[in-house]
Amino acid sequence: MHTLAKKIMREDQFPMVFCPGCGDGTITHLVGIAIDELGIIDDVCTVGGVGCSGWLASIFNVDFFKAIHGRTLPVAIALKLTRPSRKVLVFTGDGDCAAIGGNHFLHACHKNIDLTVVMINNQIYGMTGGQVAPTTPLGSTTPTSPYGKIEPALDLCKVAEAAGASFVSRWTTAHPKQLLRTLKKAIMHPGLAYVEVITQCPVQSGRYVHGSGDPVHLLKWIRENSLTKTQMEKLSPEERAGKMLIGDFLEEIRPEFTAKTYQFMAEVQASKKASVDLGR
Amino acid sequence: MALKTVTAINIYSDICKGCGICVDACKFGVFEMSTERGKQGYLLPKVVRLENCTKCELCELSCPDIAIEVIGG
Repeated sequence: MHTLAKKIMREDQFPMVFCPGCGDGTITHLVGIAIDELGIIDDVCTVGGVGCSGWLASIFNVDFFKAIHGRTLPVAIALKLTRPSRKVLVFTGDGDCAAIGGNHFLHACHKNIDLTVVMINNQIYGMTGGQVAPTTPLGSTTPTSPYGKIEPALDLCKVAEAAGASFVSRWTTAHPKQLLRTLKKAIMHPGLAYVEVITQCPVQSGRYVHGSGDPVHLLKWIRENSLTKTQMEKLSPEERAGKMLIGDFLEEIRPEFTAKTYQFMAEVQASKKASVDLGR
Repeated sequence: MALKTVTAINIYSDICKGCGICVDACKFGVFEMSTERGKQGYLLPKVVRLENCTKCELCELSCPDIAIEVIGG
């Protein structure tokens, strides 16, 4: 077994539960390296939702919470507020975060609470059998959209930015080094850090959306269709259709919810105490 | 000529699922698919040109099963 895996992961989770060639394993490894290099293993706790992405939370040898479908963020907010020194990592999928937990996602971003949300976007509901997700590309045929998807894919990075997240970034499993650098920054960022990772799902989105179950072919497709801002600006609006913008979009320091809550609590307690003293 | 001296590339045959991503990720042709099967029953990759390795670690980082480890360098 890998030295890093022996150090910070549960040995009984190996071999991993993911299908051959699934990008979730790559993300597990990169998050593992980030945790190890930052030296925060004792402070980390993970929250996983329902879906293949929820497995990531249980692989690390830390405290973890398996929430019901779409409700990863309310649980994570509670874990953060009860002990602010915790580094809470949330692993959520595109069906979990964009569709079923969409409302929670908006409000967690709006609060700008110190969480790291790793959204694993495989462009389909992978675990439940390949149903259409909000992030599925336009025109894809899936078991629940047999004549092609009508609406375009939802850009959750723009949603996060508009809702008030203070760190927004999107990378893919075909860019492991850039993703590792961003994950390290995101974990240490004070505020809601949203990192979207576009990944290959050879079994469901490979079969239905891209027409190939070969992980190497899918990674090639991701590499060719994910462009940085400079590359994207060179293209005409027609050519941009179907391409995915990658990069670090936003990083700024804004007032954070946990710190504000504790400050507010201290102020209220002090004013109460003062009023009681005056009453005497 | 390799810039760094990598002493070994371990492929853990008990957890490898033979997806072939390492063969594609390496730009120097260090890996090739073999005809040997691991404990999981998948075809394993093998290290054929270790002297070409530059320790970019793309194989290790891209591996979806944490089954590759680059030693030394």
